[in-house]
Amino acid sequence: MTRVEPAARGAGQDAVPPSAGSGGVRVRRSGPAAWIGGGVLVVAVAVLAYLPYVSSRGTQIDLVGLFSLIVLGTMWNLLAGYGGMVSIGQQAWIGLGGYGLVYLAGTLGLDPFVSIPLAALACGLVAWATSYLAFRLSGGYFAIGTWVIAEVVRLLVIQVDEVGAGSGASLTAFSGIDPQYRIAYVYWVALGVAVVVVLAVYLLMRSRIGLALTAIRDEPTAAGSSGVPVTRAKRLVFVLAAVGCGLAGAVIVANTLRVQPGSIFSVDYSATMIFIVVIGGLGTIEGPIIGAVVYYLLQDGLADLGNWYLVVVGVIAIAVTLLAPKGLWGLTRGRLSVFPTGYRVGRGT
Amino acid sequence: MTAPLLEVAGVGKRFGRLTVLDDVSFSIAPGEAFGIVGPNGAGKSTLLNVVNGVLRPDGGTVRFDGADVTRADAAARCRAGIGRSYQIPRPFGGMTVFENALVAASFGGGHTGRAAAEAAHRALETAGLADAANTPAGSLRLLDRKRLELARALATDPRLVLLDEIAGGLTEAEVPALVETVRDLVRAGVAVVWIEHVVHALVAVVTRLMCLTYGRVLAVGDPHAVLADPQVVEVYLGSTIAGDDPVVEET
Repeated sequence: MTRVEPAARGAGQDAVPPSAGSGGVRVRRSGPAAWIGGGVLVVAVAVLAYLPYVSSRGTQIDLVGLFSLIVLGTMWNLLAGYGGMVSIGQQAWIGLGGYGLVYLAGTLGLDPFVSIPLAALACGLVAWATSYLAFRLSGGYFAIGTWVIAEVVRLLVIQVDEVGAGSGASLTAFSGIDPQYRIAYVYWVALGVAVVVVLAVYLLMRSRIGLALTAIRDEPTAAGSSGVPVTRAKRLVFVLAAVGCGLAGAVIVANTLRVQPGSIFSVDYSATMIFIVVIGGLGTIEGPIIGAVVYYLLQDGLADLGNWYLVVVGVIAIAVTLLAPKGLWGLTRGRLSVFPTGYRVGRGT
Repeated sequence: MTAPLLEVAGVGKRFGRLTVLDDVSFSIAPGEAFGIVGPNGAGKSTLLNVVNGVLRPDGGTVRFDGADVTRADAAARCRAGIGRSYQIPRPFGGMTVFENALVAASFGGGHTGRAAAEAAHRALETAGLADAANTPAGSLRLLDRKRLELARALATDPRLVLLDEIAGGLTEAEVPALVETVRDLVRAGVAVVWIEHVVHALVAVVTRLMCLTYGRVLAVGDPHAVLADPQVVEVYLGSTIAGDDPVVEET
């Protein structure tokens, strides 16, 4: 195996002393579990994609809720589990995404399915600008700061009469489409968004940027001293998470056809996202998907309990953090990996 | 005389009302091995933080390879060729040993793909950690954590390595191998700034020594001359805690 010499840097010499017997190094990034797991996921997505032909509208509307939960959990995990940023203000982007859809499709009259990604991109732009404010804070202060930003966004949005000010607005852009088709289209868009978001995070985490983010999460100072552009990487994650949450917000509004400032900007979303990620497993791609399914099933199964439902959810959260601190996916102890992002080294020849 | 690789001029740093560094100046030639001693709290680690960009000085300048890097952040200085190991190891605990080195090779060394993997692997071999490549860094014992600090610094292809008490906390038996690794580094032409309380290990490698106390340079020059300086002896012995042996042993 040929050795690759590091690129010469300026006039400097190869700094690492060549060591005797240094062969090549073989790096493996995925195992058989990933291929099996990936196959299962492809089949699951195919089945889900076929579902509108055989299921009721109610089921589809319900499942759109699940897909948005997967997106939200995945985005919060990207922020906290990979970027080391605990945000409790992601509802800013959920709300902006939802309102963006209403504004672009309702007020401006754009195609609603084009408006969804446009609204999400707008979230990314606003997030990029606000990151310069939010990044002056760190740790707990950052978390509170994101919440403040979300409240400011909500207060600004309810000043806008075109989107119903304080009372919210209805999404009328779909009125020309037969409800049966509309629901199926929104379902497919939501499924597509969930698949794209999860795949995007997977590819991001497999890339150089993923390596940088994991290092930043573990030890930001050492990451900087190892050449990782810490602030740039965090800003990228902050913007991407806003785009993802904006997509989820737009999908939620496309599903319910109504946007209300009190609910779409609710801090409950952040609590939900944290629950999903903590239950499923922080810092894994599989975790938020499992967490979202668990949360969705709990929501569904415990709907009759009224307010006691929150108590049950709280008890489950406490139990999981105590008994399985790395979440449900953590119980696999790394033996199973559907989305492998790490590097395993085998000795070369 | 060749142009200095690192030039620290008039650097000062205060934390609130406490002056940690006061008008510190020194310079290092390419490939030079430079030692720093001084009692606890003398500002040694702070000085390294100012040199590698973790902290901004309140005054003075840091020049590396002719360029003023006083305002540059740690990542930029690392990419320019300053590697750093921390006194209290700071591993990326959730990553494997190999991934730790790969981060440094990818971002500090600027390598991609195969070249990055090779650079990371070479750094691990040099630091004696190649067999632990797949071990989670968070589960390493102290000696291996120190080695990982070194490996990560090496993987960035540095021209200057800042070592902060790399031998501190190790047993007598563990020190020589690590000293030998540092010596190899110097032989390969890498400049080293080394803070160490294990003075005999330090003197075996460095060609110049600086003694820092209360943030000021007390003496700088030939290691033996500096250690024989009555002022240095007084300051250093006066604050010696159990286990720190300032007596120079012939090696």
